[in-house]
Amino acid sequence: MIQVQDLEPAPAPRPPGNAVPPTQADRDALEHTWRDPQGFVGWFSAINHKTISKRFLLTTFGFFVAGGLIAVAMRLQLMRPANGLIGPDLYNQLFSMHGTTMMFLFAVPVMQAISIYLIPLMVGARSVAFPRMNAYAYWVFLFGGLMLYAAFLLNIGPDAGWFSYVPLAGPEYAPGKRVDFWAQLVTFTELSALLEAIVIITTVFKLRAPGMALNRIPLFVWAMLVTAFMVLFAMPSVMLASTGLIMDRLVGTHFYNPAQNGDALLWQHLFWFFGHPEVYLIFIPGLGFLSAIIPTFARRPIFGYTAMVLSLIATAFLSFGLWVHHMFATNLPEVGKSFFTAASMLIAVPSAVQIFCWIATLWTGRLNLKLPMLFVLAFFFILVLGGLTGVILASVPLDLQVHDTYFVVAHLHYVLLGGAVFPLAGAVYYWYPKFTGRLMNERLGRWNFWLFFIGFNLAFFPMHLLGLKGMTRRVYTYPAEMGWGMLNFTATMGALLIGASVMLFAINLWRSRTRGQPAGPDPWGGGTLEWATASPPSAVNFEAIPVVYGRDPVWETADHPPSRPEAVAGLATTAREQLVTSVLDAQPDHRQQFPQPTPWPFISAGATSALFIGSIFTPWAVVWGAVPVAIALTIWFWPRHDETAVNVALEKSA
Amino acid sequence: MKGILRGAVRAVQPVFAGALIAAAFGLQAQPQDVLAPAGPQAAHIQSLWNLTVVVCSIVFAAVLGALVYVLWRRPRADISALPDLSVHMKPESAAMRSVGGAVVASVLLLLLLIVASVLTDRALAHLSLRDALHVQITANQWWWEARYDDEQASNVFTTANELHIPAGRPVIFSLRSNDVIHSFWVPNLHGKKDLIPGRTATLQLQADRPGVYRGQCAEFCGLQHSFMALRVVVESQAQYEPWAQGQRQPAPEPNDESKQRGRDLFLGTSCAMCHAIQGTDASARRGPDLTHLASRQTIAAGTLHNTPDNLARWIRNPQQFKPGANMPATNLSDDELKALVAYLVSLS
Amino acid sequence: MNHRAMLPLLMAGLAFSFSACEREQRVFDPPQGAASAPKVRLGSLQPGQPMGTAGEKAPSLPATPYTFEGNAFAVSQGKRLYRWFNCSGCHAAGGGGDAGPPLSDDRWIYGGEPNNIFASIAEGRPNGMPSFGGHIPEDQLWQIVAYVRTLSGQLRKDVKPGRGDTLQASPPEASRQPGPPKGGKAMDGTEAR
Repeated sequence: MIQVQDLEPAPAPRPPGNAVPPTQADRDALEHTWRDPQGFVGWFSAINHKTISKRFLLTTFGFFVAGGLIAVAMRLQLMRPANGLIGPDLYNQLFSMHGTTMMFLFAVPVMQAISIYLIPLMVGARSVAFPRMNAYAYWVFLFGGLMLYAAFLLNIGPDAGWFSYVPLAGPEYAPGKRVDFWAQLVTFTELSALLEAIVIITTVFKLRAPGMALNRIPLFVWAMLVTAFMVLFAMPSVMLASTGLIMDRLVGTHFYNPAQNGDALLWQHLFWFFGHPEVYLIFIPGLGFLSAIIPTFARRPIFGYTAMVLSLIATAFLSFGLWVHHMFATNLPEVGKSFFTAASMLIAVPSAVQIFCWIATLWTGRLNLKLPMLFVLAFFFILVLGGLTGVILASVPLDLQVHDTYFVVAHLHYVLLGGAVFPLAGAVYYWYPKFTGRLMNERLGRWNFWLFFIGFNLAFFPMHLLGLKGMTRRVYTYPAEMGWGMLNFTATMGALLIGASVMLFAINLWRSRTRGQPAGPDPWGGGTLEWATASPPSAVNFEAIPVVYGRDPVWETADHPPSRPEAVAGLATTAREQLVTSVLDAQPDHRQQFPQPTPWPFISAGATSALFIGSIFTPWAVVWGAVPVAIALTIWFWPRHDETAVNVALEKSA
Repeated sequence: MKGILRGAVRAVQPVFAGALIAAAFGLQAQPQDVLAPAGPQAAHIQSLWNLTVVVCSIVFAAVLGALVYVLWRRPRADISALPDLSVHMKPESAAMRSVGGAVVASVLLLLLLIVASVLTDRALAHLSLRDALHVQITANQWWWEARYDDEQASNVFTTANELHIPAGRPVIFSLRSNDVIHSFWVPNLHGKKDLIPGRTATLQLQADRPGVYRGQCAEFCGLQHSFMALRVVVESQAQYEPWAQGQRQPAPEPNDESKQRGRDLFLGTSCAMCHAIQGTDASARRGPDLTHLASRQTIAAGTLHNTPDNLARWIRNPQQFKPGANMPATNLSDDELKALVAYLVSLS
Repeated sequence: MNHRAMLPLLMAGLAFSFSACEREQRVFDPPQGAASAPKVRLGSLQPGQPMGTAGEKAPSLPATPYTFEGNAFAVSQGKRLYRWFNCSGCHAAGGGGDAGPPLSDDRWIYGGEPNNIFASIAEGRPNGMPSFGGHIPEDQLWQIVAYVRTLSGQLRKDVKPGRGDTLQASPPEASRQPGPPKGGKAMDGTEAR
């Protein structure tokens, strides 16, 4: 009888495990094991989550600047009535590119990017789950964004708005390939977002340090977990919508053709079913940033942790029940619209709970008004104002007056910049020392803050008044006799101030890399696990994975009995091994080997991009393009002898 | 001290904002103004607006007030200060009561606003429609066609871009689109309604205050969305009737040679391919009906004032004013253009 | 990066970008010809009020060249004008022909080159084709010419329009290939091949 052992190759010896506390030899070995490969090919093969995240952050920042420059161009055109700087065709492309860039290429991706860096550090993991898929998602995103901007530079930029309402974006009224490039950009970014969501959910659920039960994870991690679940439900809707649009335009289907039993409103339903949760995808991570920054600068744990978590979940659920408020001006039944009025107003309640809990935290804490806190305080002013104009817009009669006017432009910028970009800027100032080991310049930062705050209000507050005075959206110019000139001029001045502030921000980011004050592991005195790592963290993040006993592990290590276990010993130092724990209570479950760096995610992303871009021009690209994608994915997943040998060795050890 | 200053600056912002709003209210009512209602529908909406703004301002002031208090009165600490972990031990009842109370207050205020909104919806739906005027609006890229319906078929007439309605009489607008989604919006009279191809929407309003009001397409509809305006002239029934009667008549016959030549050019060159003039052979509906062009205050959907000069320049090259518009340039000679304009100016 | 791959990639990129440049151009103000009427009219019908011909001294139409072969915007404008000016009334909405001969096959009684189609529309033709010269501005005529050529499957696929927002009785122009002649005898008595 053949024994199983006879069939297998002789097992390799088990790799040594780390000690607690880790020795220098452990540290060196782990650094060597987990670092990125060198060289030209190595650059494309990197899968370390911090590397991918930094690339992702730089890319999204680049798109932010591009979208911002486009906005400045738009504001310069609108500065005076009957201005001849930019004609209607280019202007339509500009506002479409601005919206598309900010919504698809900046707002959601930047949140996913920063969470890819922080979540493993906050939950005590050595990497994200699925590091290669994480890299693939980044490359797909990058190629999609580059495709869009290449199209824009070639006069094929989308010109039907970021929302591409049919029939204007349909085959009859949008000739050429402009809208097709937009629709495929949606496919790129939604694929990337869906994959990142899967990475985030799996990391949060399965790779937490032992003892970090779900009710002990930081609120930022909760926010990203909730966001990731929302992505899973929201993105398919827009992918469906945009695929229907591509098919209508390319092969002549009739999804949106009213003459052949299609419906122009179908597009709006599908798009806004995604579009409304989309803005919460942008807003909820901002809430997460606040929950991370406020406890540190109020020197106390957050007030009302459970209420905060339930509020995040309630906001996520409710946000899927609001989409019709974007369609109040259509001829849908009025009673149905009233339901969405009620839902749109009531979603303010969980957000109000969060705001009150933060104020309670600040009220009962001791304040440290460093730069991140300034941005947090700006959130309270700007977001609350934006939220209140949102309550105004939730009402059907009021919305019927101000829908599609500059009042909505003001509202959306107040909630998106107040709720996401200001907290994001604060988050960058907060975590920059962790990413780079140096603090950003405080003085330059204060200039950045005040220019941004003043510029923002100067740019967008007048737009409330413009909307009330009748100025509609998406107009490339307006007659002088309307009396809108002064307010528009003011808004343009504000926009220029914002531009100056972003420049200062970029300068601060750049200079602080080399000239910033060196920061230790914990420059702000924070309590969550990322502050227990070095600044910047080593390749492996945690040489010894800590055991967690509370919500603010770094604060709580001060007083604990010496008998309780402090960290995990025995994980391999010469193989990429992580501890997988259970979902609810983070009890150790098993050890998992993680993959080596490989260039095949990059190559697969290239093949996928070729398929997507080809299918703009011919439906056969889906068929023929699937071949290189299948080949690349097969090679990617093909098991490697050396990895399998190590895996077997890890499994077989006692 | 710095904290107080910062708090003070933050407190001043809403006051400044409030001043701006007050200034906006007090400004001369513009003809395309949400806050200058000229009829019951817009007035209902303005009442709701007033209530909502008051409630929202109170909430905003309360939240900011709490923050200002925090910045002003709460102690400071730097990073060396040990974090206060004692909060895990004791229940923070005072904070819980405050947060709970604030949440309850928020819910109650939101419920108030929901009820107010639904009641306003009902009020808007309860406009009395007795003796209503029926107007069918068809939106095109980038102009408005208006057909005044009547039980008597011979009283039906079509005009474009400029509506006259009698004050105090309800109007039922039936809204259709010939191409893409547009939106009919005259803020002084009512909220907007989208015109969606394949669907017929309805808007019911009444104008009580005579005057000239401006409306504009409020759904992005392509290259010349910016210049798709609507003029609504609200006048007394005594002034409306003669206007409507005039619109029902065919175009006046040319009474001199220049106008005759102008009409021949209209019919013989490209104008008649798209435009209609009742009383002639031109009956195409691709562009605005020009039967009573001279009775309108503006041309090109509110883009230009209706003067002979503007008319000539518009006809010579519409793309100069509305690049991307569907009307092509004409290459008539100067004399021909003069004659054509003379004819068109006679179409009152 | 493989250097040998760069050159074909660059050429493909340039080709793509040049074609993109032309396809996506929107010219709102094309140059107009000086003449406003055709030199001859070969049909007795005209839309609207009949007007004369240009006479011997005027330059003959067309005065401007045909530049719309690769321009998607012009083709979509032509499609709109084909419906607006009631070409579909005789030639059917998909170009299948009715009272007028089909435009969707590869049989051209008076020639299928752009100049020929232009002349057919501007001058009119015997047995019912009206003479539109002077009634339709020249740039619009060229747009219609470009669109008519798509009905028979000519022009590049990415330039041709997709389905319209109307009842569709025939495949979208973008998916048409040049097809065999339709129908029995031609107007001039010859048999269809």
